[in-house]
Amino acid sequence: MKSPDLGKDLLGLEELSTAQIQLLLDTAEPFKEISLRAIKKVPTLRGATIVNLFFEASTRTRISFEFAEKRLSADTVNVASSGSSVAKGETLVDTARNLEAMKIDMVVVRHGSSGAARFLAQRIESNVINAGDGMHEHPTQGLLDLLTLRDHFGRLDGLRVCICGDVLHSRVARSNIWGLRKMGAEVAICGPRSLLPNAVEALGVTVFRRIEEAIEWADALNILRLQLERMQAGYIPSLREYNRVFGVTREKLERAPRDILIMHPGPMNRGVEIDSDVADGPHSVILDQVTNGVAVRMAVLYLLAGGSPALAEAAKG
Amino acid sequence: MAPTRTIALDARAVARTLRRMADEVVELFDGTDDLIVVGIQRRGVQLADRLVQMINEREGVQIPRGALDITLYRDDLQTVGPRPVVGKTHLPWALDGKRVVIVDDVLYTGRTIRAALDELADFGRPARIALAVLVDRGGRELPIHADIVGKTMDVPRGARIDVLVSELDGEDAVVLVPAEGE
Repeated sequence: MKSPDLGKDLLGLEELSTAQIQLLLDTAEPFKEISLRAIKKVPTLRGATIVNLFFEASTRTRISFEFAEKRLSADTVNVASSGSSVAKGETLVDTARNLEAMKIDMVVVRHGSSGAARFLAQRIESNVINAGDGMHEHPTQGLLDLLTLRDHFGRLDGLRVCICGDVLHSRVARSNIWGLRKMGAEVAICGPRSLLPNAVEALGVTVFRRIEEAIEWADALNILRLQLERMQAGYIPSLREYNRVFGVTREKLERAPRDILIMHPGPMNRGVEIDSDVADGPHSVILDQVTNGVAVRMAVLYLLAGGSPALAEAAKG
Repeated sequence: MAPTRTIALDARAVARTLRRMADEVVELFDGTDDLIVVGIQRRGVQLADRLVQMINEREGVQIPRGALDITLYRDDLQTVGPRPVVGKTHLPWALDGKRVVIVDDVLYTGRTIRAALDELADFGRPARIALAVLVDRGGRELPIHADIVGKTMDVPRGARIDVLVSELDGEDAVVLVPAEGE
């Protein structure tokens, strides 16, 4: 079976085709089983060296990548910006080139600037995986959200998904919008006017001004974290006000015409964008998202690592 | 011109061969206690299903049937790319002390079985592992042999043996496809 090549890097879902996203999701499927084994490890990436280069704080994503790498038997090194030469003023590219001089195979990069992953990918030989760049994309989060939706509904085509909250600053929202649209889902966003991007309708996205309308419409809500610094920056008047108008509460969900799947990329502000009885409720798949994150990242690593078409031809001989 | 395919075993011959293999499995283990039959993806899984069904009918037992995908254990992953499709592994039982029969369609270089043995070891320590194959075509590159063989064929390098199963291919057959240009 011939599968579509992913190329050297995974930078975002915007540049992937429907077939490539399908391949990533289908490949993630058998990787779920590995994490259920007594010995959670396969020898696939034995000998590969992967650097997790995190210029921004991250717990879930970094640990998820590290589990994925270790369960594929890769050797991993974590570099955080504090305590490294980055703190001494070294540039992104110099840091990466120095790592490459030590013969690495892949770099997983998180950076505060949009486009940082692409900038790096164009300048080094190693595979680059974007683990979140500024307000641009967070492709593995987008993929794990797609996988969780597909697990639950058995399909993505025609599914109605509303992304709620601070869409303007969210790379998770962007990756979700690209991924969902390519897979045939209907996408809406809902949040305060100050936190929604302009001209988003051009991407085929519906905009709801009231969370009640979103709940009326959606099969699933993907509730984004409200970054507390947005309040200081004047985007919203107060957290309590935000919770009252846009917070997803049990009372609001009880009026929904159908059961709505609840997703959140974490970390949650309980009592702000999501109430505890929703986050821990029967329709929440928030922890399934975390479980799927490891399988999706294993699939990405597996598909990007090693194996060039030229070598394959030679091996057939 | 496409090379001429020859049918080595037709549907009835495949059924007859599998029945004999099922008997040999029970004989080899002197019964069915602690027996687990594990098919290798893809067509080994369907063949394992048939064997289990035959053993269950004759012996009045319910033997578990597992599936093993060895892609992630291949020794040529650094050279094969684009990446081969990974299939499902289904082995939800502790294998410690069990008696395992690996089932595959064709035994050739032995590299698939090497990978399967490595993978099984990650699921526990069976008391015994045996190998049953529908076709042994020779050409081993590793010291591996089958305990139960449906049909032994001497197939030259470059030629191909295709095992067809009705679940995936619409018919049961073993087909010999000669090398191009012969």
